[in-house]
Amino acid sequence: MTNLVLLPLLIPVIMGAVLIFFSKNEKAQKIISGITMIALLIGSITLFIAVAVNGTLVMELGDWQPPYGIPLVIDRLAAFMLLVSAIVATSTLFFAFKTISPIRSRYFFYPFFFFLLTGINGSFMTGDLFNLFVFFEVMLISSYILMAHGSTNFQLRETFKYFVINLFASMLFLAGVAYIYAATGTLNFAHLGVRVAELGQDNILNVIAVLFIVVFGIKGGLFPLYFWLPRAYTGPPTAIAALFGGLLTKVGLYAIIRMFTVVFNHDPDFTHTVLLVMAAFTMILGVLGAVASYNYKSILAYHCISQYGYIMMGFSIFSPIAIAGAIYFIAHHSIVKTALFQFAGVTEKITGTSDLKKMGGVISSHPWLAWLFFITAMSLAGIPPLAGFFAKYPLVLGGLEEGNYIVVAVALFVGLLTLYSMIKIMKFVYWGKAKHDEERQKISVRKLLYSVAPLVILTVVIGFGAEPVLQFTTEIADEILDPTIYITSVLGE
Amino acid sequence: MSMKWKTNNLLFIHITRVTAFLILALSIYLFFAGHNNPGGGFIGGLMLATSILLLYLTFDRRKINKMLPMNYANWIGAGILISLLTGLIGTIVGKPYLTQFFDYFTLPFFGEFELTTAVLFDFGIYLGVGGSALIIILAIAEDT
Repeated sequence: MTNLVLLPLLIPVIMGAVLIFFSKNEKAQKIISGITMIALLIGSITLFIAVAVNGTLVMELGDWQPPYGIPLVIDRLAAFMLLVSAIVATSTLFFAFKTISPIRSRYFFYPFFFFLLTGINGSFMTGDLFNLFVFFEVMLISSYILMAHGSTNFQLRETFKYFVINLFASMLFLAGVAYIYAATGTLNFAHLGVRVAELGQDNILNVIAVLFIVVFGIKGGLFPLYFWLPRAYTGPPTAIAALFGGLLTKVGLYAIIRMFTVVFNHDPDFTHTVLLVMAAFTMILGVLGAVASYNYKSILAYHCISQYGYIMMGFSIFSPIAIAGAIYFIAHHSIVKTALFQFAGVTEKITGTSDLKKMGGVISSHPWLAWLFFITAMSLAGIPPLAGFFAKYPLVLGGLEEGNYIVVAVALFVGLLTLYSMIKIMKFVYWGKAKHDEERQKISVRKLLYSVAPLVILTVVIGFGAEPVLQFTTEIADEILDPTIYITSVLGE
Repeated sequence: MSMKWKTNNLLFIHITRVTAFLILALSIYLFFAGHNNPGGGFIGGLMLATSILLLYLTFDRRKINKMLPMNYANWIGAGILISLLTGLIGTIVGKPYLTQFFDYFTLPFFGEFELTTAVLFDFGIYLGVGGSALIIILAIAEDT
């Protein structure tokens, strides 16, 4: 029973290793990775149901009891994130089948796709700080390779910056791990929670907390540490950018949520205020970048940043309703952003450019594409009854209840600008006179839309079904706001 | 690459022929020593890479590719698979993943001998580390 926990971790890593042997055979790679992905999706759903019904599942790797061994802990939050990750990755993989050229896929695209997923899923599951570092590295090394995959000049330049900044962040992460081990004598999350409560979170532990904010802020694209993100996410092929925008940076945010609920939860006046200020600046500066940009993909990349600001805002308000909203927001954003990046890829295939000013009138030749984009864009901007509205509503409500009026005003203003820049894409790319020639108008993209359509349907579904989903995320919020649940399920009574 | 390596340096070639195998033997020794003493899959794997690398340095690449027609990427894949699948042994008998099993056996000639599943896990690491070290160095060497 407890070995069910392993599925989201072992399926991608074992199949990734198997795929190495088939690197020269494109067809075999596609078949194996397709089957693997579906197995992973089914595994994640099973695990999600098991956790939703029975509560937290814990597994001690190698039969070493915590706090000495490394546990894998799946509470409702982790199960939810694993489910979102599996859904987004499935869609992206099937999109990649049709967009990654055979020349590229020979150079280990599919193995590293699965190793990246291993790192992401492992980060969600682990109950140990150093193990989190290891999974971060698994994820980052795969992401360096995927980001540079294809070796265009632009990609190599941006990957180098991404590599350096992340290496620096990893170094700080390791230093933080060393500090916290010196201060508390443990690295197990649950045990850390107990020790930090005993020691009292002041002086040195607050310094360590800030160090972790910096580390995860760099990985999660928060102000003022997001500068690497926009250009790094516009370089790689769309399928990879979609996965990065939808999933990769969420891991940094997830790590913040985990650390600052289980471990550093005793001084929210200080830590969560820092996070709230960062969130406000992230929102506003991210969206301003999007408003100023005229490149399809880079608009989306800048929007990623401002949306991370929303998620952090919800978390740092630190009331049940706001956290429930933030978790709903993570799901909503992963789905919508992945879909939008895929639309960017499809549109680029039709028009041959990603410069907004050189496009136009795509709606006349490809109406389905345009309308599906419109639904998704409106969801991102937060128009009811789509998911985006129900993601922002609890954040605003929670903010008002706690009296954080400034950040609520910022959030609403940013929502307006998001709508503006989505309308900008709609206006330049899809409306007006067609600027692409007859031949390009005949390009069929129906097959590409098959992998995006489920995501669009999903954003509509979780919009109309917001009530049960929000109820579930509220359960998650209640669970993570009471760290004793996590601690007792790992350490026992 | 300068012309220096292409000259037929007899002494170098003959010493390499012996040393490469000595290093290989040391890597295997380190691999088995690692269970209770310093050593293990990681160091053993690096030693393995060193011994093959010495061959690459002495003889030219084309000759070695003919002699050892191997794709080192497959070593990494095989290594990961061996390690991870060894971990699954525990799950079959209902213990958590990666649980180690060991027992003492009396073998003829060797006497009492400890057999553990951790050695299999370590062998995966041995292959993986050796393969990746070789790939990295050869990729850089090719790039001139």
